[in-house]
Amino acid sequence: MSLRDRLRRRRLSDRPACVDVVEIVTDYLEGALSPADRARFDTHLDGCQGCRAYLEQMRRTIDISGRLSEEEIPDEIRESLLVAFRSRRASG
Amino acid sequence: MIGAGRSSRPGGPAADEATLVAGLRAGDEAAFAALIDAHHSALVRMAMVYVPSRAVAEDVVQETWLAVLEGIDRFEGRSSLKTWIFRILMNRAMTRGKRERRSVPFSSLVDPAREPSEPAVDRARFQGPGEANPGHWSDPPRSLEGVPEERLLSGELLGEVSRAIEALPPAQREVITLRDVAGWGSAEVCNALGITETNQRVLLHRARSKVRRTLERYLDEPA
Repeated sequence: MSLRDRLRRRRLSDRPACVDVVEIVTDYLEGALSPADRARFDTHLDGCQGCRAYLEQMRRTIDISGRLSEEEIPDEIRESLLVAFRSRRASG
Repeated sequence: MIGAGRSSRPGGPAADEATLVAGLRAGDEAAFAALIDAHHSALVRMAMVYVPSRAVAEDVVQETWLAVLEGIDRFEGRSSLKTWIFRILMNRAMTRGKRERRSVPFSSLVDPAREPSEPAVDRARFQGPGEANPGHWSDPPRSLEGVPEERLLSGELLGEVSRAIEALPPAQREVITLRDVAGWGSAEVCNALGITETNQRVLLHRARSKVRRTLERYLDEPA
């Protein structure tokens, strides 16, 4: 990790406030916190209903975004691609 | 919705991918069908980052699939098949987008540390310095407990989230589209976009924070 990256890394104080916790939620979900910061984050969550709700909303947001990739290909596009595939096989 | 037999996601272990590539080269139509079913809609969403309309995006994705068919014999497996396909898409979509509108700052050109910081949550929702617990919630988000599941799964909310992602700056949109919409891992995304883990995380954080606000606003409206 470069010096700049290290300087840019967020660190939590011993007793972080909610305003800091919401800025570190992604690092938490990504597993990018140091073990000490992760422990501070977990301790804060245990005592803070607002931040638990925030984390829950964030997880739900990620879930919903994932559902956007479940749309099906329009049938006519799918069919035309399969036709292209077949003609490539016939000519290859 | 995904129909029966159209939900398999190729990729993953290298052995599966080698089988898939061999199938494509041998003209196995089921292999190609599985591939397009797995990636088509994520490719369209990714193309929409660079081009001005869904119709153009659909067009670029179709061109991409044809390029994949043309190039599969030359695919060397230096990246995963998925990354290779998305790179073809991104190159084509960027070229097309440049022709149709001004240039935009992509994640590879953005240094989040130099951009103005954007708080994840409006500061007004936390207690000020003169209050009992400075920095702690004054207006906390609500728990999702008790929110009916059908409300969380509604097409309306899905549409709101989709629009929220489309409204993000391009660099944030690239990252959230690959990570959360397409479901890629962080290393794959850094590799495909040519960005560091740290920058990826900052862009993802900003993007997710804004999309979460959309969810919260939706839940605050009367059902």
